[in-house]
Amino acid sequence: MIRKDRSVTASRIRNYLRQPHIIISMILLVILVLIVVIPFFRMIKDSFVWQFADTRLSRDAIPGDFTLFHWKRIFSSGITRNVLVRPLFNSLSTSLSVSFFAMLIGSLLAWLVTRTDMPLRRLIATVSVLPYVIPSYIHALAWLNLFKNDRIGGAAGIFQFLSGVSPPNWVSYGFFPIVCTLSVHYFPYTFLLVSAALSSIDSRLEESGEILGASRVHILRRITFPLVFPALLSSFILTFSRVVGTFGTPYFLGAPVRFFTLSTQIYTHIINRVPAAGYILAFVLIAISSGIIYFNQKFIGKKKSFVTIAGKGFKSSLTSLGTLKYPLLAIVIALLAVSVVLPFILLAWQTFTLYPDDYSIHRLTPLFWIGEANTAFAEGEAGILRNPAIIEAAWNSVKLSLVAAVLSGFLGIFIGYAVVKGRNTTLAHTVEQMSFLPYLVPGIAFGALYLSLFTHSIGPIPALYGTFFLVALVCISKNLPFTGRAGITSMLQIGNELEEASETLGARWSMRFRKIILPLSIQGALSGFVLVFITVMRELSLIILLVTPETRTLTTMTFRYQEQGYNQFSSAISVLIILIVVAGEVFSKKLGRKTAS
Amino acid sequence: MAMPVVEVKNLTKSFGDVVAVHDVSFTIEERDFLVLLGPSGCGKTTILRMIVGLEIPGSGEIYLKNRCVFSSKKGIFVPARQRGVGLVFQSYALWPHMTVFENIAFGLKVKRMESAMIREKVKDVLRYMRLEEMAGRYPQEMSGGQQQRVALARMLVCEPEVFLMDEPLSNLDAKLRLEMRAEIKNIHHQTRATTVYVTHDQIEGQTMGNRIAVINTGVIEQMDHPKVIYNRPANLFVADFIGSPSINKIEATAALAPTVQGNAVEVTTSHFSLLTSYKNIRNGQGVVAAIRAENIAIVSQPGANTIQGEIQTVLPSGPETILQVDCAGLRFSILTTQEVDAEVGKSVHLYLPPEHILIFDKVTGNLLPGG
Repeated sequence: MIRKDRSVTASRIRNYLRQPHIIISMILLVILVLIVVIPFFRMIKDSFVWQFADTRLSRDAIPGDFTLFHWKRIFSSGITRNVLVRPLFNSLSTSLSVSFFAMLIGSLLAWLVTRTDMPLRRLIATVSVLPYVIPSYIHALAWLNLFKNDRIGGAAGIFQFLSGVSPPNWVSYGFFPIVCTLSVHYFPYTFLLVSAALSSIDSRLEESGEILGASRVHILRRITFPLVFPALLSSFILTFSRVVGTFGTPYFLGAPVRFFTLSTQIYTHIINRVPAAGYILAFVLIAISSGIIYFNQKFIGKKKSFVTIAGKGFKSSLTSLGTLKYPLLAIVIALLAVSVVLPFILLAWQTFTLYPDDYSIHRLTPLFWIGEANTAFAEGEAGILRNPAIIEAAWNSVKLSLVAAVLSGFLGIFIGYAVVKGRNTTLAHTVEQMSFLPYLVPGIAFGALYLSLFTHSIGPIPALYGTFFLVALVCISKNLPFTGRAGITSMLQIGNELEEASETLGARWSMRFRKIILPLSIQGALSGFVLVFITVMRELSLIILLVTPETRTLTTMTFRYQEQGYNQFSSAISVLIILIVVAGEVFSKKLGRKTAS
Repeated sequence: MAMPVVEVKNLTKSFGDVVAVHDVSFTIEERDFLVLLGPSGCGKTTILRMIVGLEIPGSGEIYLKNRCVFSSKKGIFVPARQRGVGLVFQSYALWPHMTVFENIAFGLKVKRMESAMIREKVKDVLRYMRLEEMAGRYPQEMSGGQQQRVALARMLVCEPEVFLMDEPLSNLDAKLRLEMRAEIKNIHHQTRATTVYVTHDQIEGQTMGNRIAVINTGVIEQMDHPKVIYNRPANLFVADFIGSPSINKIEATAALAPTVQGNAVEVTTSHFSLLTSYKNIRNGQGVVAAIRAENIAIVSQPGANTIQGEIQTVLPSGPETILQVDCAGLRFSILTTQEVDAEVGKSVHLYLPPEHILIFDKVTGNLLPGG
């Protein structure tokens, strides 16, 4: 009798396990544990253990033994102020300022584009997204080309070249330029969120206010603003959580004057072989951004649903700007020129200069693009179009972006399938939440996680540090939250019944997936592919700790050249990146339009 | 003796704390057309999905042609693709990236049929469903009725042993729905395939099925021939749910009254008493008497079993007219096909024939045995 019960239980378990989405969930769970959860715990462990390099720091260090040394050192020691408190303050102050200005610019622009009769609105809407598409540190490089002074060392910028006046340090480096460049980079984020919110508000809500005799300012303040407030707050918070983890810009603009943020401190510590300290600072960063995202989901996620958005048949009427129309248009064009066109021109100009601080027209030369290796310049490096190292890096970049886009895209489809099919089950929830985890970890910290885990071999897995596979892996996992979301959304649109219909006709799972699920979800996933491609193409913070000379990419090459002061090379590569990324963006727009029709 | 094609035994299914299907058992015999009828959320679709194999039951057993496809006791679960039943979905579930031809051919390709044969069979079924010209179209380029026919064709072409249909007509407009009802009945007549049909539309249920199972909150309230369901509903839920306009109900007390033919049961309210054809109900029992709208007649004079009332609303609709009549605070619906010169406010006499009055127990809601 007992025996029979046992066999029934066994066959019940077998029946449960035979469901394809359960199998997929299990496989995903294993993958997610490997690439997301284990790195996290490994980093926690490493921060409590003496490392080999620590023998330099303390005589008590016994590599491999438990210690609170690193935590004490960061949180209560003589260096706490310099290592933790000031970088934390700098991170928070820059992030708050950037979020504020980005929100201000983005929301005003969104209002102008969606709700007024300003000319060229569609063109402006398209161009407004571009600053975000360009890697953020490229704005920093462009700033340096313009405002660099000769006090810190290195070549001076165009401003000094043209005016002869050396800009003060606070203009060239530190808080001010970081806030300026990052605000310009991040305003499209608010722009997108707020224009979506604005264009979904029924303008009859506003008109009814007008009928009741309210003034335009009054309507804006009492009706429109409360309705878009959730979008505003959420763009503020999301911008904040992104800026706080940014590495490139604060490094280029802050490090020369020892203006450190948490992200640049993490990098410095890891490069200086005190990884445990870097990991602990990464925890601080993770804590901040998870706290922020939790806050966003807890308080704003709920509020959003309570905004009255009329589903169908709403109309939107445009506010007339009157005499302000053209002055405002001029301001908007100037803003976009400064944030999109100017950086490109500045960088392009730099690439044609013979000496980094001589911008005169008659001295321009294509040397750094097509010049042969010449020991007189840049220690004999050839122009980038015939430089094997750069061509290899470009190839690496493209390869990395493609691999990451395709693999994380496919994983995203599987995540979507497992989550939607098994909805309301604990297993599906676990998969969904685990795939979201990398979102909480800022890029530089995520790179640090991988560095800590894969420098040693773990069980059968060899040490992956220095391999292309590791760099690809980190890009794949970091992008899972986006592709997973995209996968879930497109799976929800497909609807369960389409698969069930093929099941009742006798199709095995492999056939259902190939013939039904994949063809239907691939359209939605394609724009996700392109998005990941662009993201990885411009990725720096995530991979800077993991690349080696064999695996370097265009972005990390820019970084190295800039560090070494070969501004023409770094600018030239940046120009290349911009071209590739903008082409990708245009392509994805085309694709989006095609799939929409 | 017909052979049972589908046997469901003690089937139960819960979603979290909600019991969707509770201890449901029934048998469907060959060539049966069974309608699972009930309000939305009553569990009828869940029952269907468990028969197909798209939902794993909590407990119970399911047999298809004597083959056990699910048994919680024996730990058997045969997945949908191995059950050989066909399902038409409420949403049709046509694949938008395939043409009509590809949609219909899919099931045959799964069976690895030769392509020449597939072409032949698809062509046949397209002709049968009058869709010959549509073969190259995509589903989204067709009307709702055409999509519905493609969905039927996709099921038919595979010649499943049992046809299962989940509210297949609910997305169509009223006129098309009438046409498709006839079409499906016709298919059933020609193929003789055992069919299970889910709907929430009681009129559809009565037109289509030769058997109806009325389901409420996961339990089968009554399963029988449509006429029996209509004329002798097992309880007040079935009585209420079947029929439009709704059955007229009168809360009353039962009492035995002597008549010429012997004792008969009389139901009494504070305003009137009605004689019924019942013979044996406990004196003083609380009951609910009920009568269908079309069984009440309007008569010119008061007499036995008549009530006086005042017309409140007149709802004419082509061949028939519904009158709402107020009788001392009780509202009666009357369906009449005769020409009546009904005017709002007019006083009328209603005749309630004793043989059409049903009596339910007030406490349990069950129909009391007649005679």
